[in-house]
Amino acid sequence: MSTPLPIALALGDWLHLFVHFLGLSLMSIGGAITTVAEMHRYLVVQQHWLTDAQFNAAIALAQAAPGPNVLFVALMGWNVGLNAGGLGSALFGVLAAMSGILIPSTTLTYLAAHWGHQNRTRRTVRAFKQGMAPIVLALIIATGWTLASAISGSGPQLARWTLIAVTTLLVWRTKLHLLWLLAAGALLGWYGVV
Amino acid sequence: MPISPHAPLPERPRPKSPLDLFLTFTLLALQGFGGVLAIVQQELVDRKQWLTRDEFLEDWAVAQLMPGPNVVNISLMIGTRHFGLRGALAALAGMLLAPLLLLLVLALVYARFASDPGVAGALRGMSAVAAGLVTATGLKLGSTLKTNPLGLWPCLGFALACFAAIAWLHWPLLYVLGGLGLLACVLAYRKLAA
Repeated sequence: MSTPLPIALALGDWLHLFVHFLGLSLMSIGGAITTVAEMHRYLVVQQHWLTDAQFNAAIALAQAAPGPNVLFVALMGWNVGLNAGGLGSALFGVLAAMSGILIPSTTLTYLAAHWGHQNRTRRTVRAFKQGMAPIVLALIIATGWTLASAISGSGPQLARWTLIAVTTLLVWRTKLHLLWLLAAGALLGWYGVV
Repeated sequence: MPISPHAPLPERPRPKSPLDLFLTFTLLALQGFGGVLAIVQQELVDRKQWLTRDEFLEDWAVAQLMPGPNVVNISLMIGTRHFGLRGALAALAGMLLAPLLLLLVLALVYARFASDPGVAGALRGMSAVAAGLVTATGLKLGSTLKTNPLGLWPCLGFALACFAAIAWLHWPLLYVLGGLGLLACVLAYRKLAA
């Protein structure tokens, strides 16, 4: 009597991946992107489930596509699944990776938001919100700076930084719809201006 | 007078139903190239006015401090506030479902176009615009600091220190939140007593 070892092993592996991502979720303060280094260590170096190229392409693609950046985690699961079999296991990989990375953090946030709202008149809660305001605002600007510095490629630097500065001013000072700006950026990039 | 957490003041604009939340967040997520923060701020605060700038910054502080993707956290919090758990799930599904499906389709066709210089250029241009969008979002929220109990100048000091620590010195987020964040909260706590 032979047990279907690959499937049993695969299920154990999926469980391992799921549990690992549960842990990453709890560590992902500041966003899932902060766990990228650890994810790389686990998926590429330790388990050999993904190649370096697959790993990097997943992040680049998710950054370029619309939607929350956390979706790069879905592509990790997708690629692991593709490596392990076909589209079916790829979809299963998406499910395992995404539910792992989301369940702990969303549960915590849900409870915290609930508690915070019910206790919003407390001095500690008000002090937290008011004290964090300048910090959080600076973190948002720092994210913009980091994104701006991370753009790689051969395009002209001066034009690119000008585009970033003009975009910043337009969004800050006008109500121009963001999609127009993104379309303009895409066109400028397409023709090699930035 | 105590206000139920799920019943904001009626004269404020608010989502009509969980379906409204789901559709709104789906549209937001699909417009969010390079991250959804900028579009969430513009649509929900500047246009729909479900939140004031102050409330957005407060929510963002919690979203930032909790583990997990920030835009996912903030959509969850907005959904919770209006329709409890149903609202949270509706907002979460809106934020993730359509972009996930789109991303998987993109992943399937990616290999064909990845090396096209036009496509690479367009992605670069959109990344530059996205960096500007995020920076401008932070600058816009600066208007809330005028009414902060810490005072405008201490707020700007905290913001500048935080920006430098993250963007230029690359300190871990946890240290910045535990150091600068805690100090700002303690100061705010003392000011609120006065």
